[in-house]
Amino acid sequence: MNDPLAKIKPWFQGVSLFWPVLGLGLLLIFNAVFSPSFFHLEIRDGHLYGTLVDILNQGSKVMLLAIGMTLVIATGGVDLSVGSLMAIAGAVAAMLVMKISFAMAVAISLGLATVAGTCNGLLIGYAGIQPIIATLILMVAGRGLAMLLTGGQIITFEHPSFVFLGNGHFLGLPFTVTIVAIVLCFTLVATRKTAIGLFLESVGDNEKAARYCGINAALVKVMVYAYSGLCAGIAGLIATSNIKAADSSRVGEFMELDAIFAVVVGGTPLTGGRFSLVGSVIGALLIQTLTITMYNLGVAPAVSPVPKAIVIVAVCLMQSARFRAQILGWFGKRRIAA
Amino acid sequence: MSIPVLRAQNISKAFQGVKALDGVELTLRTGEIHALMGENGAGKSTLIKVLTGVYTPDSGGIEFDGVAIAPGSTREAEAAGISTVYQEVNLIPTLSIADNILLGRQPRRFGCLRKGEMKRRAEAALARLGLKLDVGQPLNSCSMAVQQMVAIARALDIQAKVLILDEPTSSLDEREVEFLFGIMRKLRKDGMAILFVTHFLDQVYAVSDRITVLRNGKFVGDYQAAELPRLKLIGAMLGRNFEEMEHLREETAHAAPSRKVFLETHKLGRRGIINPIDLNIAAGEVVGLAGLLGSGRTETAKMLFGIDLPDQGEIQIEGEKVSIKSARQAVQHGLAFCSEDRKSEGLIPHLSVRENLILAMQASRGPLRLLPRKEQDALAAHYIRALNIKTPNAEAQISNLSGGNQQKVMLARWLAMQPKLIILDEPTRGIDVGAKAEIEKLVHSLKSQGMAVLFISSDMEEIVRTCQRVVVLRDRKKVGELSGEDIQVNRIMNVIAHHDE
Amino acid sequence: MYEGFFSGRVITNLFADNAALGIAAVVMTLVILSGGIDLSVGSMLGFTTILIAVLVQQKGMHPLSAIAIALGIGTVFGAFMGFLIHRYDLPPFLVTLGGMFLARGMAFVISKESLGIENAFYNHMADFGIPLGGKAALSATALIYLLLFALGIVVTHFTPFGRNIYALGGSEPSARLMGVPIGSTKIAVYALSGFGAALAGAVSTFYTTSGNPTTGGGFELDVIASVVIGGTLLTGGVGTQLGTLAGVLIFGTIHSALDFDGRLNSYWLRIAIGGLLLIFILFQRFLTRTSALTR
Repeated sequence: MNDPLAKIKPWFQGVSLFWPVLGLGLLLIFNAVFSPSFFHLEIRDGHLYGTLVDILNQGSKVMLLAIGMTLVIATGGVDLSVGSLMAIAGAVAAMLVMKISFAMAVAISLGLATVAGTCNGLLIGYAGIQPIIATLILMVAGRGLAMLLTGGQIITFEHPSFVFLGNGHFLGLPFTVTIVAIVLCFTLVATRKTAIGLFLESVGDNEKAARYCGINAALVKVMVYAYSGLCAGIAGLIATSNIKAADSSRVGEFMELDAIFAVVVGGTPLTGGRFSLVGSVIGALLIQTLTITMYNLGVAPAVSPVPKAIVIVAVCLMQSARFRAQILGWFGKRRIAA
Repeated sequence: MSIPVLRAQNISKAFQGVKALDGVELTLRTGEIHALMGENGAGKSTLIKVLTGVYTPDSGGIEFDGVAIAPGSTREAEAAGISTVYQEVNLIPTLSIADNILLGRQPRRFGCLRKGEMKRRAEAALARLGLKLDVGQPLNSCSMAVQQMVAIARALDIQAKVLILDEPTSSLDEREVEFLFGIMRKLRKDGMAILFVTHFLDQVYAVSDRITVLRNGKFVGDYQAAELPRLKLIGAMLGRNFEEMEHLREETAHAAPSRKVFLETHKLGRRGIINPIDLNIAAGEVVGLAGLLGSGRTETAKMLFGIDLPDQGEIQIEGEKVSIKSARQAVQHGLAFCSEDRKSEGLIPHLSVRENLILAMQASRGPLRLLPRKEQDALAAHYIRALNIKTPNAEAQISNLSGGNQQKVMLARWLAMQPKLIILDEPTRGIDVGAKAEIEKLVHSLKSQGMAVLFISSDMEEIVRTCQRVVVLRDRKKVGELSGEDIQVNRIMNVIAHHDE
Repeated sequence: MYEGFFSGRVITNLFADNAALGIAAVVMTLVILSGGIDLSVGSMLGFTTILIAVLVQQKGMHPLSAIAIALGIGTVFGAFMGFLIHRYDLPPFLVTLGGMFLARGMAFVISKESLGIENAFYNHMADFGIPLGGKAALSATALIYLLLFALGIVVTHFTPFGRNIYALGGSEPSARLMGVPIGSTKIAVYALSGFGAALAGAVSTFYTTSGNPTTGGGFELDVIASVVIGGTLLTGGVGTQLGTLAGVLIFGTIHSALDFDGRLNSYWLRIAIGGLLLIFILFQRFLTRTSALTR
């Protein structure tokens, strides 16, 4: 047992963080070479500013969504409704924040998002509907509901606490970083220091077997979709606070795809089972870094989906056993030829 | 004298260095039913896949009608004249019967399907088997037996000279098996060479002309069925004798069961699934559930364990009426259920041996009280040693273990719970002979420890070796109960066969 | 106040207004029947509109050649996604998600602004109409939709290729053992899907006489919703083209009903479609459960 690799081996079992870390590292190196100002940090008014800080700040929404989405995907599901739930939470909070206390407004909007997520979970866990379809319903209808709430208008607000949520600073860093850190730590502890993580993986890997072991698979599913709803709600509040307005038709649009993307890039397979929260957060940072890199390179924001598409296909290919076999085959042949 | 139509010689095939087939021979003649026998892991399915073009052999050759062939796909094999009906019916449940029979070779005109002609051809193919069905109905509205017949009709629709039937009888009842045999004999008369793979000895002797036996990927022999006694066949398949198991049998006969009833059912049943059944199982007793496949054994077990809910009758545990509505509640009452379908109802394939092993125990503790890692490791280490589980370590992914070792992990998962009653549904299916003997021994020691065991098996001799009492089921009904000296294979068979008299 | 809602003209308009949706739904039905999904159709539609507009307005190409090029690109694009899905055993959801991003980005590479099309051919197309008596006339877009629908029925229900698609969606491992050419069927399905999305894009240029790289956002969801409302199971293997037609018409009718007094409440449309999806899916679920019990 004197294997020098024994200590790092667990890293490579199940979900490997190797690829997402490598991808992020390469992007950062690329930036270090081509845009030296990328790593420039400065302190103004006691706050840290710089591109790296922007990445953390702007990536906070996708990171939050990805944390919830990781748990959903671990159970073999997917949640398409998170973008719409962001809109609902943002709309409700913006409407209530001027009328009742801030804490109440946050509690009600997050509560609503959690309830909506729970509805997804009930449809999936107890009615046995496929996750893509069940959450598609709320994805379509949810944004409509949010727009109905705001009457199709953009609702602006002036509320210092609410504005602080998405724009304030704490410990020198944007407050959103603190929010992500808290949610990530809580989720890590909740899944890994209890048996919840094991239950999620069991249900995602073989639901029937998990049920026969006495795990309440339906309840597990309701919980993860509810949690995903909660995460989406928090992300929605941040997005709304960012622009100091609730824009129900645009908030969180296509963000469900970014979140799924982050999870898959982070190494959690879409088929469920083993998951890595840290991997998903790295995946989300990778997306944000990619976006900002392109912005720095002067690529129009509208064109930014192209490299995203390339990364997603590349990640898919990398996870494909057949593709890896083919590449190895090529190398093998070359070696023989040489 | 019949002539060889298919001759496979010196076939070898290895997967990642493990030899699945090693110099195997097979000769099929026209107008014969040829049984292919062997325990799990003998290489039967690999050989079939080589014959049907799913795998390419590493060495060796196949001759068909004296010409060397090397099918590269099922399609090429079919074109050569080799048709196959696989173990699990491999048809499309959502398509109609006619579509299933003709998929890939539909009659067409101008690129379009000729639906009238399709109907006629499908009906003709079924008529060859003596069946008359509405070929427009979707396949999933038919019984398993009919689906099997449709699969055979499909195989016959092409001008096949060789028909491979891979365990065709495993989901059929007795009457359906007889019917299938009638068809097989008819096809034999028409000059078809049939390769028949099965586990049931009686069936082999009922229809086969010759028998080829494989063991551990090696060719053992090619025998005339009429000249090969049963014991010799079993010996050839297993390559060992039964002394060890006979020894257990004697001990079992002498053990006097204590009668402290743990679980009792009264008229427990569910319409369409199982007729009302009375059972009682005492602590320290192994009760067998015997019967043919589809007789209601697994259904009874799943009803006890809260998976299929009964709509009548009641369950009593230690004299008190209980209601078990989910697997979770069953576990809380001290029940454990080791499913026959390890792959889809037991294993969590991507998790480690340790995680699989502690899962039931953790589930009963609830999500919040995580079993400390030290205890998890200790439990895993204990059972890996106690059950002789062959695994590199407790963290190995369970899907990398062999079937027998996976099964032992499943057993350990439930034994760790220290249940009062453990239901073992076909615990020795699909595992090698050595592991089989170990599991039988384990059941014996559980009994001595005072656990109640409900033991389900299609292997009558295993039931005889292991059980103190045997409840016999037939056609979803309890038809008899045997105990003590009455537990003998032929008596069980008699009860199954003659319950009306 | 809703008099004349069901006049002949309203019905022909229903087909004309929903031609792009209907065309995409015909091919999406094939994709879903095969057990897959294609998220890229909305972006592909947007890409096609701007490609055609640029080719016609800025390169001076004849609209028919421009459309032919667009259809070719759409088909190759779809075939490539199908190739990745089949060859490397990738989930269609992710590959077509990549395709969705790629097509949208490429649309903006071609042009960031929308571009009107002024061309004699387009004027002819706008005037074109087969009179059906009364005030009703079948427009070019409606005609294209109906032709493609007829073709879709033949391909789906009357060809061996159609059977192969059903078989693939019903059970891929079985289909493989039964000798269904899995690879070519899958690639063909996604190629057709790309073709259909491009055709939907061409049709929508007839309708709007302009190209816009942003069109088709969320379009794929409307298409999938129409197909599911039409009774096709997302698990594959079950569904009909006639059902999809019904789904498209239901979708279109709700759209028109909410639009009848001139003001479209897009949020009510979304809520209505969501509600309808819920009802249909629960209903399907109920049906499959009861049939499983009676078996």
